[in-house]
Amino acid sequence: MIRTEGLCKYFQSDGHPIKAVDGLDLQVKEGEVFGFLGPNGAGKTTTVRMLACLIGPTAGRAWVNGLEVGRDDLKIRGDVGILTESPGLYERLSAQRNLAIFAELYGVKDVPGQVEKYLKLLDLWDRRDTEAGTFSKGMKQKLAIARALLHEPPVVFMDEPTAALDPEAAKTVRDFIETLRGQGRTIFLCTHNLDEAERLCHRIGVFRQQLIAVDTPEALRRQLFGRQTVVHLAQLTDQMVASVRGLSFVQNVEALPNQGAAGGKLVISLSDPAAQNPAIVGALVGQGAQIQFVNELKHSLEDVYLSLIGNGR
Amino acid sequence: MNHIRTIISKEWADIRRNKLVFSVVWGVPLLMAAIPIVMLIVMSRVPVSQSDYAELGGVLKNPLFAGMSPTEAMQSVLASNYLVLFLMMPLMVPVTIAAYSIVGEKVTRSLEPLLATPVTTTELLLGKGLAAAIPGVVTAWLSYGIFLIFARIFSVSDRVFSVFVDPMWLVAMFILAPLLTIMAVNVGVIVSSRTSDPRAAEQLGSLIILPLMVLFIGPLAGFIMLNATTFWISAAIVALLDVGLMHLGVKLFQRETILTRWK
Ligand SMILES: Nc1ncnc2c1ncn2[C@@H]1O[C@H](COP(=O)(O)OP(=O)(O)OP(=O)(O)O)[C@@H](O)[C@H]1O
Ligand SMILES: [Mg+2]
Repeated sequence: MIRTEGLCKYFQSDGHPIKAVDGLDLQVKEGEVFGFLGPNGAGKTTTVRMLACLIGPTAGRAWVNGLEVGRDDLKIRGDVGILTESPGLYERLSAQRNLAIFAELYGVKDVPGQVEKYLKLLDLWDRRDTEAGTFSKGMKQKLAIARALLHEPPVVFMDEPTAALDPEAAKTVRDFIETLRGQGRTIFLCTHNLDEAERLCHRIGVFRQQLIAVDTPEALRRQLFGRQTVVHLAQLTDQMVASVRGLSFVQNVEALPNQGAAGGKLVISLSDPAAQNPAIVGALVGQGAQIQFVNELKHSLEDVYLSLIGNGR
Repeated sequence: MNHIRTIISKEWADIRRNKLVFSVVWGVPLLMAAIPIVMLIVMSRVPVSQSDYAELGGVLKNPLFAGMSPTEAMQSVLASNYLVLFLMMPLMVPVTIAAYSIVGEKVTRSLEPLLATPVTTTELLLGKGLAAAIPGVVTAWLSYGIFLIFARIFSVSDRVFSVFVDPMWLVAMFILAPLLTIMAVNVGVIVSSRTSDPRAAEQLGSLIILPLMVLFIGPLAGFIMLNATTFWISAAIVALLDVGLMHLGVKLFQRETILTRWK
């Protein structure tokens, strides 16, 4: 649905070349919600602009919806929807007029029908005659999202849809995007918000000028940290640690005594917790351990992200 | 074609709601239209002395004013000279609109979603250009029409009135004015694609009224004669400029540059 090969964009700034995007190889499948994660200045907006045929690549090639960027730009622009970094509404015109203009420009057949549908979907129907400039940030963002979807594009780019919103407005927008999942639309979502990425995206690409890693959030975690089991114990002895370490499948054991109290926890790295945890519990009980909890250690996506971006430095 | 219509109606809806631009578009022309009318009325009342008449000097060599009484000559010379001001409208109004419609969209960031639609650059330029040009020409024609109504009433004689409907004004209004509009729109587009400050764009753009001053001061100073030939020659010069500016405008108006150059 979206494919890039060695995509590059260099800018010239005061005579210095800036490599905003430097060799991006990417594949996004049809119907997939793809999270594009990267720090400020990573080149996310630049990438989206290239894929939406707003600016031309310096090098490399890209295909969107089966059409090549740079060859079928007009067609691609008609096939994609884009939520730009700032909503960029016509602030003096009503919400309805704003949408009608874009519906016409995108060649929508039933302009009033589509406008009504999306105003209602995004809860703006009652405010349709209000000047867009008087809207709150959240409403503006919703209107901009409606504008990106009016022509029912198979591919949608969203550049940080919740970045400027308060938690409540962000949630509304996020919930709406969630409803788009599984409607067959391919969604390319730039974001800084890792929870959002985790919740909405099938796969995530961590990006800074180039793609650093790409996979499902779950797989990324496993790839980076492996799988870990945490066992909380009422007392912690060296014999207990040794007994776990003696198990052949255990890759690593970290003993963390509680501060100022008896007991502590063991962080055990292994490959298959479901099959291997019983043996660990058995070994510990054999040493007279009193087990309080056994959990899987979940790394947050933030850990994954920071570790990836940190390595990329 | 539909795209162009949509863009034009969007521009107009936007202008109607922008008090500043709207007042420039309609207020300035109204003010300018008033000048020759006031001139006409004042000159129909004020007695003209022989010495005032003599001061007109070189202008009177124009066969248009041959054999007129001092009062007739004074009224027709002054009023017709100020009629040239009507040609400023197709320059000022479109520059204001064009500068606002492109630079303004850059500032409010609404240009990016617009450029993301399947609209070609030609459609975009035509839409914005026509949206700016049409009010310019229309205000000029309207002002001329209103002036003619007053002229019919306040001209001291039919001879004076005939000066205002001389074929040269047809050349001025229906050939020179549209050509000037095209020039103004192109200058507006060129300036817009180089700056992101709407006021700067407007001010830079309005410099193009300076050459027009030649047509205004020339006849009074006696080195140009107001006649059809003068307007035809002006039209030819402006037409040539139009061709050049249009090439430059289309060349400079590149989506990517417009979107990514913020200086
Ligand atoms: N028009 C431009 N001219 C020069 N440099 C540019 C231009 N646009 C972007 N850049 C540079 O390219 C790099 C990537 O910018 P981009 O806006 O794509 O980043 P981003 O990932 O979207 O960042 P953010 O999270 O802050 O939105 C930055 O270093 C930026 O300064
Ligand atoms: Mg960005």
